[in-house]
Amino acid sequence: MSSPEWNNPVIKWVDSRLPVFSLMHHSTAGYPTPRNLSYWWNFGSLALTVLIVMIVTGIFLVMNYTPHVDMAFDSVERIMRDVNYGWLLRYVHMNGASMFFIVVYIHIFRGFYYGSYQAPRELLWILGVIIMLIMMGTAFMGYVLPWGQMSLWGATVITNLFSAFPIVGDFIVTLLWGGFSVDNPTLNRFFSLHYLLPFVLVGVVGLHLWALHTSKSGNPLGIEVKQPEDTIPFHPYYTIKDLFGMGVFFMFFLAFVFWAPNYMGHPDNYIPADPMVTPAHIVPEWYFLPFYAILRAITFDIFWFIPAKLGGVLAMFASILVWMALPWLDRSKVRSCKFRPVYKWFFWVLLADFIFLGYLGGKPAEQPYIIMAQLATAYYFAHFLIILPLMSKFETSVELPESIASAVLKKGDA
Amino acid sequence: MRKLMIAAVAAFTMSMGTAQAAGGEYHPDFKEASWSFQGIFGQYDQAQLRRGFQIYNEVCSSCHGLRLVSYRNLSALGFNEDEIKEIAAEKSVRVPHDETGAELNDDGEFFTREAAPHDRFVNPFPNDAAAKDANGGALPPDLSLMAKARMGGPDYIYSFLMGYAEEIPEEVSSQKGFAVNEDKNFNLYFPGYYNSMPPQIYDELVEYEDGTPMTAQQHALDIVAFLNWAAEPELDERKSLGLKVMLFLLVLTAMLYALKRKIWANVKH
Repeated sequence: MSSPEWNNPVIKWVDSRLPVFSLMHHSTAGYPTPRNLSYWWNFGSLALTVLIVMIVTGIFLVMNYTPHVDMAFDSVERIMRDVNYGWLLRYVHMNGASMFFIVVYIHIFRGFYYGSYQAPRELLWILGVIIMLIMMGTAFMGYVLPWGQMSLWGATVITNLFSAFPIVGDFIVTLLWGGFSVDNPTLNRFFSLHYLLPFVLVGVVGLHLWALHTSKSGNPLGIEVKQPEDTIPFHPYYTIKDLFGMGVFFMFFLAFVFWAPNYMGHPDNYIPADPMVTPAHIVPEWYFLPFYAILRAITFDIFWFIPAKLGGVLAMFASILVWMALPWLDRSKVRSCKFRPVYKWFFWVLLADFIFLGYLGGKPAEQPYIIMAQLATAYYFAHFLIILPLMSKFETSVELPESIASAVLKKGDA
Repeated sequence: MRKLMIAAVAAFTMSMGTAQAAGGEYHPDFKEASWSFQGIFGQYDQAQLRRGFQIYNEVCSSCHGLRLVSYRNLSALGFNEDEIKEIAAEKSVRVPHDETGAELNDDGEFFTREAAPHDRFVNPFPNDAAAKDANGGALPPDLSLMAKARMGGPDYIYSFLMGYAEEIPEEVSSQKGFAVNEDKNFNLYFPGYYNSMPPQIYDELVEYEDGTPMTAQQHALDIVAFLNWAAEPELDERKSLGLKVMLFLLVLTAMLYALKRKIWANVKH
């Protein structure tokens, strides 16, 4: 991919001093992409789109929001009632968080299925996990800002988790709260961080894309690009495919915004926060439920040195951090589940297990849900730590095609 | 594979709604009610909202506030400017001082003025303590967001208003831990069953001017529609804008798809 020759003298002058045009060319028309990407490869650009939507709506919301415990709730209601199209901004932002997670969960499970994390894309993958972690923190703090009942009590439950850590726990909690309970200082620091983290996300997404453009996109066959016939330029082929996907996605997204804006929220968050009244059930947003289930599944001390509460917190963090180790846990020479006749089924079981955990996370912490959550949690970790390494040892994969082009052209002939 | 994945995503999306319904207490399904503002094309029925406002104004407002709604918002119910001024002027709001700067009048009381269209609905009580004092210790909740702040929204409020019962059903009384509370009012739908508010909805509760039958059921439907409007005043605009946006996206996406087909026509993939 050599730099193109620019004919326009202005562009030529600028580009030889600051090669922005060459950069743009490299990442579009000059970026070779496997010709066989399916629609599951649309979700990366969709995630970037949602991030932009979130930042833009967020900036406008901030213009009308007041981060103070006495005024936050009413300022959000003022946005809903008195600010021109404020209801639209807020419902887009509110549902956008859910959409972000839907898109990113699909993106991640796409990676699981097609072995996208395998060499040489380990760093690309790890950056993705970091993006997920920052997203979770941002979403959690954003949910606190309207200062409804779930904002306050969700924040109380989640920040309290950190007190489980020995020695430093209480210190961390006080630092998070800025006091001795979730109160105005907490709201202020969460607001500040909620505004900061999306821009950190933009930076990490930039690294994610940089890594992507270095190791290039994977593909459903999971074999590397070997020859020019395997690829087509990103632009116009994937720009138009991504745009079409965006059209479909926005219809899905906006259907919620216009017709069921509160479907994915919790009614209790329309009750102003009240430190004197605890809601009957404190439930986090749906996208945290699988991890919430794992957190609550650890109801027993692990040996004598990890109390149950700390165990739950560690298990919850480990359930995401284990993704970072995937490139080394999966030793299979074949990436794509298309050619992994046995592991393929374990992928579906993992997905079912994850959804089941999400269901359990929304249930009260009582039997039989606790034992179910414990079994589902055990399976979740077994998948990554036992099944996956064993699979890569014992599974016989189906024979891989010679190249992307040969596979694609053969399919076309048949 | 593709179908499986789509099914999984669909299952996940559907589980989100139910994931949050929890709790072991027995409550029957919500009572059947149909709302003009339901569904994709649903909009508020202005006449119904006015009847509902009449009920709020003559009955509910003696205990319940509507602090997030302004009198000027009543224009959405078809009231004209003069009517709104008149409605607002029935209430009075405190002013910090008169033009001389005095904070209290000669009787040692706060100065007040008539409420105006730009004011929020005036609360029936000066503060929560006074509200509790007047209601046997119970605080009548503000109703501005009630239709969004309860699982089931308008269906719940409707069932609640119609859910007071003399007889306690077997399914309820047989539950462990259930105890009759003589001081409060049994309601089938209220969490914990016992509510401080006595039943409020009766036949001919208020006198309708538009000839609508003045049954308890009709009154309940009307007040709930009004409360839903109070919680979601943007609903009409939201849904009609939604239809336009969706139509636009449909055409745009169809054209993008056609373009995609054309660009990819000669590429085997």
